[in-house]
Amino acid sequence: MSSERQKQQRIPPLRLSGLEPLTVDETTGFVNIGERTNVTGSARFRKLIENDDYETALEVARQQVENGAQVIDVNMDHGLLDGVEAMRKFLELIASEPDISRVPVMIDSSRWEIIETGLQCVQGRAVVNSISLKEGEEDFLDKARRIKRYGAAVVVMAFDEQGQAETREHKVEISRRAVKLLTEKAGYKPEDIVIDPNIFALATGIDEHNDYGVAFIEAVRDIKEQLPGVRTSGGLSNVSFSFRGNEPVREAMHSVFLYHAIKAGLDMAIVNAGQLAVYDDLDPTLRELCEDVILNRRPDATDRLLEEAEKWRGQGGIQREQDTAWRDAPVEKRLEHALVHGIIDYVDEDTEEARQRHDHPLEVIEGPLMDGMGVVGDLFGDGKMFLPQVVKSARVMKKAVAYLLPYIEAEKKEGEDQTKGKVVMATVKGDVHDIGKNIVGVILQCNNYEVIDLGVMVPPDKILDTAEKENADIIGLSGLITPSLDEMVRVAQDMQRREFKLPLLIGGATTSPTHTALKIDPEYEQPVVHVKDASRAVGVVSKLLSDTRHDDYIEEIRQEHDRLRERRKNRKTGRTYLDLESARANRFQWDPKANPPDTPKETGLLPVETPMVATLREYIDWTPFLHTWQIKGSYPKVLDDPDKGEAARNLLDDAANMLDRIQEEEWFNPKGICGIFPAVAEGDDVVVLDENGAERFRYHFLRQQFERPTGKPNYALSDFIAPRESGVTDWIGGFAVTAGEKSLERSKAFQDDGDDYNAIMVEALADRLAEAFAEYLHQRVRREYWGYAADESLDNLALIKEKYRGVRPAPGYPACPEHTEKATLWDMLQVEEQTGMKLTENFAMYPGASVSGFYFAHPDSTYFGVGAIQRDQLEDYCRRKGWDLKQGERWLGAHLGFDPAEKASSDPELKKTGS
Amino acid sequence: MTEALYKALSERIVQLDGGMGTQIQTLGLSEDQFRGERFKDHEDELQGNNDLLNLTQPDRIEQLHLQYLRAGADLVESNTFNSNRVSQADYNLEEITKELNVEGARIARRAAEKVAEETGQPRYVVGVLGPTTKTASISPDVNDPGKRAIRFPELVEIYREAAEGLMDGGVDLVMIETIFDTLNCKAAIYALDELAEERGERPPLMISATITDASGRTLSGQTVEAFWYSVQHARPFSVGLNCALGAEDLRQYVVELGEVADCPVSAHPNAGLPNELGEYDQSPEQMAGLIAEWADKGLIDIIGGCCGTTPEHMAAIRKVCEGKAPRLARLEQTAREAS
Repeated sequence: MSSERQKQQRIPPLRLSGLEPLTVDETTGFVNIGERTNVTGSARFRKLIENDDYETALEVARQQVENGAQVIDVNMDHGLLDGVEAMRKFLELIASEPDISRVPVMIDSSRWEIIETGLQCVQGRAVVNSISLKEGEEDFLDKARRIKRYGAAVVVMAFDEQGQAETREHKVEISRRAVKLLTEKAGYKPEDIVIDPNIFALATGIDEHNDYGVAFIEAVRDIKEQLPGVRTSGGLSNVSFSFRGNEPVREAMHSVFLYHAIKAGLDMAIVNAGQLAVYDDLDPTLRELCEDVILNRRPDATDRLLEEAEKWRGQGGIQREQDTAWRDAPVEKRLEHALVHGIIDYVDEDTEEARQRHDHPLEVIEGPLMDGMGVVGDLFGDGKMFLPQVVKSARVMKKAVAYLLPYIEAEKKEGEDQTKGKVVMATVKGDVHDIGKNIVGVILQCNNYEVIDLGVMVPPDKILDTAEKENADIIGLSGLITPSLDEMVRVAQDMQRREFKLPLLIGGATTSPTHTALKIDPEYEQPVVHVKDASRAVGVVSKLLSDTRHDDYIEEIRQEHDRLRERRKNRKTGRTYLDLESARANRFQWDPKANPPDTPKETGLLPVETPMVATLREYIDWTPFLHTWQIKGSYPKVLDDPDKGEAARNLLDDAANMLDRIQEEEWFNPKGICGIFPAVAEGDDVVVLDENGAERFRYHFLRQQFERPTGKPNYALSDFIAPRESGVTDWIGGFAVTAGEKSLERSKAFQDDGDDYNAIMVEALADRLAEAFAEYLHQRVRREYWGYAADESLDNLALIKEKYRGVRPAPGYPACPEHTEKATLWDMLQVEEQTGMKLTENFAMYPGASVSGFYFAHPDSTYFGVGAIQRDQLEDYCRRKGWDLKQGERWLGAHLGFDPAEKASSDPELKKTGS
Repeated sequence: MTEALYKALSERIVQLDGGMGTQIQTLGLSEDQFRGERFKDHEDELQGNNDLLNLTQPDRIEQLHLQYLRAGADLVESNTFNSNRVSQADYNLEEITKELNVEGARIARRAAEKVAEETGQPRYVVGVLGPTTKTASISPDVNDPGKRAIRFPELVEIYREAAEGLMDGGVDLVMIETIFDTLNCKAAIYALDELAEERGERPPLMISATITDASGRTLSGQTVEAFWYSVQHARPFSVGLNCALGAEDLRQYVVELGEVADCPVSAHPNAGLPNELGEYDQSPEQMAGLIAEWADKGLIDIIGGCCGTTPEHMAAIRKVCEGKAPRLARLEQTAREAS
C-alpha cells in the first residue's frame, strides 16, 4: 500500500481535552456526552442553578463523569437565568474539581455571549454546541472564526436559512455547505467539525414525523462517507420525547436508536451517561416495536408502541427494574415489599399466590396485606416514609383488594362489612378545595377504612342522606375558605336536628380546634373532633370506632373543648384595640401631589393571552406544594434533608414528569384576565372611576384596629390609593387566573382509575400553576402593562420572597378577609365571561385552582393582616355595604374581636388616641 | 527572514539561549544600579525587577545576550519575562510596560545583529511573553474555588500590550513561555491572533509549558498531551517544555510531547534541581551529557537552557548536538523509508 493511499484513508482524530486528553478516532468507539448539566434538559439542574446551589450542581457533573461521560455538556440557556454569569461561574467551579474537569466541556448555548464566556473559562480544548447557517453565511463564518481563535472544535447544527433540516437530503446538503465554508473560509480542518443532523421526536402521532429517525441515521451515513474527517453527534433524549415520564420506554428508544445510528457511523451523542440500556438486554417485544418506529418499518408502528408503552409506564427506570432480589422472598414478604415500595407490577400474581395459601380470600387482606400496611403505617408514623410514598402504597393495596374482591363476593358467607369502618367525607357547600380531604381519604383507605367521598360543594342534606343510606360510622367535613366554617356549623345543626349518632370530623385550612370547640361542638351532642392534618386522621378515627378506647377518647375531647372555651372566655388577647376613628387617624399617609402615582402604560380591561404551561412552571413555588404532601420544610433546602430529602426529590421528579405531560398533552387550559382602572380612595373604600370621573365600582376594605407600635400605621388597603380630596387620580388593578376546568376532568379520571396518587398530584399541580400564573401575570403587569418596573429582573426565588414593588392581595386573605368583595372584582374584570371562572354562593372560586386579587402599585404598599375587627367597624362596614348586622356577622364572623351574641357592654374596651 | 531558520531546523538541532534571570543575579547589581538615573526617585524598591534593566542598564543586558550568542545560540530571548502589567504592578511600574518590551526587543536585536555580522550566521530574536503572576484557572483563595484574581479578557489586553511592544521592537519570533496555566496561554494566543489580524504580520510562535513536578502536569492540572491539544490551534512554530525540572526529570515529558506534537519540539530545562541554597549545581558537562542522549535519540528540534544555565552550559550543549539530526527530520526520514 502506498503512503499516499495510507494518508488518504487515515482520518485524523478529533482532539479535545480537559485536564486529560480525549482522542476521538476509529478506535475510540462511541463517545458519551453527559446531558445532565443542562438547564433546558434537566429541571433538577435548572433549579439548582436558579437557587444558586452550585455545590449540588457540581455533584451532578461529577456523577456524569463517574457514570462514564467522556465530555460534559453544559447549557445555561434559560430565560430567567443570567446565562452568561451561570456559565462562567459553573465552569470556573469545575476548574477546581479535577475529577470533573479531567474531561472536556461541550459549551452548549444558542446565545453567542454565553458561548464566548464559556470559551473564556476553559483551559482545555472545548467543543462549542452549536453554530448554524440559520442566520446566513456571514454570521456563521464570523462565529466560526471567533471560536477558532479560542481553539475550540465546533458542532454545526443542520439548520440553514430555510429552517431546520428534516429530510436526509436537506441535512446532507447543509452539512456539505457548512463544511466547505468552514474549511475553505474559516481555516478549519475537517476533524474539528462535528455535524448534528438533528434528532427529532418520534412516535408523535404526526405522520410527517415518522421518517425522522431514518432521515437522521441515513444522513449520518452520508455525511461520514462524503465528508471524511467530519464527525457526527446528536441530542439523544429528543427522540423519545413522546414518552416523557415513561423511563423504560425512553431507555429502550435510546438504546435502539443509538444501536442503529452508531452502525451508520454516529460518533457521539448527548446522553444520560448513567442510564444507557444494553440493546441485547431490552425486552424483545419492546425492542422490536421501538425498532419499527425508529426505522419507520410499518405505518401502525407508533400506535403499536404507544399501546405497548402503557404497560411499562410507572415502572421506573431500568436500574430499578434490575433490583429484583426481593422477588425471591416468600409471598408475604413480597407483598410487604411491594406495599412499602409502592411497586404495582407483581400485585396480581403475588395476591393470587397468597390467596391459594389461605383458606379464605379475606384472610389475605387481614393477614399479609394488613401486615404490610401496618409496616407502611409504622414507617409513616416514624417519619421514615412520606405521604407520596404512602399514597403509592395505597394504590398497591387497592389493586390487591380489587383482585380479591370477586373471590370474597363468591364466598359471601356473611353479608357483613369487612372494613374497619365507613367514613363519609365531603367538602362543604360553596367550597371547592379538596386536596386535603382526598389525602385523608387515601390514608384512611390505606388503613382499611371504607371511604365514601362526595366531592366538593356538597349540600348538607346530601351528606346526611348518604351517611344514613350507607350506614356510615363517621362524617368528615372539609373546607378552605372562611365561609365554610359557617357551613360546617350548619351541618352540625342539621345532624342534631335529624338526631344523628355519628361523630363529626372537621378539617381544612381555615378550621381550628378553637373554632370547632366554640362554634361547632356546642351545636351537636355527639363528638366533634378537629383533625389537624392528614397524618392524624387514622388515629382519630380508630379511637372513635374502638370499643375499648372510645369512651376515654370522647372524654379527652370533651375536656379539651372545655379548656379551649375557658381559655377563650378568659382571654386577655394581649392586644389593645383602637376605636375605628383612632385607627383611621393613624392610617398610612402619603402625599400624592409630591409623589404622583405612576401612570399605567395600559388601562382598562387587559385580556391575557394564555401562557404556556412551559412558561408558568418556571414560576412555581414548590414549598407549598411539598406542604400539600405533608413534607414540611422549605424548597430547595428540604431536598438535602437527610430524612425527607429523598421523598421530596422523588415527589418533585414525579411532579416534573407530570408537568411534562400536562404541557405536552394539554391537560390544563389556563385562562386569565386583568385590568387597571382609575381610582381614588374615599375613607376606607376605593372607588373605581369611569372616564368622566363617575363611580363605577366600589371596594370596601377593612382597617387594622389593634394597637400598632409607635410610628407604625393602622393599615387598610385603601391607604395605598390617593384619596379623593388630594385631587390626584390613582389606579387600582385586578386579576383573576385559573388553571382551567380541564384540570378537574383529569383528576377525576385518575380517581376513577383508583389512582389517588396521580389524582392528588394533578390537583396539587393545578393549584401551583394557578399561583404561578398569578405570579407571572403580576410580573408582566409590573414590567409591561403598568410598567412602573420595566427593568425589574428577579429570579423565581426573589419573586417568591416578594422582593418586587407592589402587592396583589386576594379577597378572603388577611389584608382583605371579606370574601363577597370578589363579586365586585368579577364585575369589574368580567371574569366569568372572559375566563369561565365562577363564584359559588359562598364566593369560593370555581374551578378551585384559581387565584384572584387586586394590584396596588404604591412603592410602600405591603401585605398585612387586618386582624380582629371590633363592633364599631362591623357597624361601619355594614353601613358601607348596605347590609344588616346579621349579614355582617355572617361574612365577617371569623374576624370579629367580640362576641356578637353578647351585649356591647361586654365587648373589649377600645382605646381612643388623641387625634 | 525566518526562512533560513526553517531550513536550519530541517538540518540540525537549533539552539536557544540559556537562563537570563540567574545570569542577571550573578551581576550583583545594587538598588541604585537597578534604578539608574530615571527611576532614582521611584518610591518602591526596584532591585529584582530584572526587566527594568532594559531601560537602566541596557549595555549589561546586551552583554549577556552577546555571551549566549557567542556560545552558539541561534535564538536569543528578550529580557521581557516580567514585562507585563500584572508583574510590573508589583513595582508600580505598569505605565512603562510597553517600553520595557520595545527596549527589550531592541537590545536583543542589536546583539543578534552584531553576532550575525561577526560570524556570518543569521541569529534571531525571540520576544518573550512570561506567564504573569496571576492565573485564570486557579482561585487565589482555597476557601472560594470560584474566585479569580484575573480573567481571560483582562489577560488578553495585558498580553496584547506586551506583544505589541515586542513587535514594535523588532522581534523575529514570539515565545509564550513558562506556562503554568493553559488558560493564560490561550489568552496570549488570542491576543497575538488579534494583533496578527490588525497588523497583517504574524511572527512565528513558540509555546513552552512548565511541568511543575513529578505529577507530570502543569500547575493548572493538565497533562502534557491535554496541554498540546489545548494550544495546537495556534499552529505554533514549536511547542516545548521549560523550567522547574532539570534535563533528567524533564526527559519523559519531552518524549510524551514529541509523540503527539506535529511541529518542532523545544526544551529548555534548568541546570538540574536547585540545592538548599537555591543554587543550581549541575555542571555544563553533566547537563550536556544528558542532552547528548536526547540528541542521539532525536527527541528534540530546539534545545536551550533555563534557570541556572550559563553560556558555558550552552556551549557544551551546542557541542554535543552538533551533527545530530533533529526530531522532525528523523520522523520524516522514517516515513519516507517506510513507503
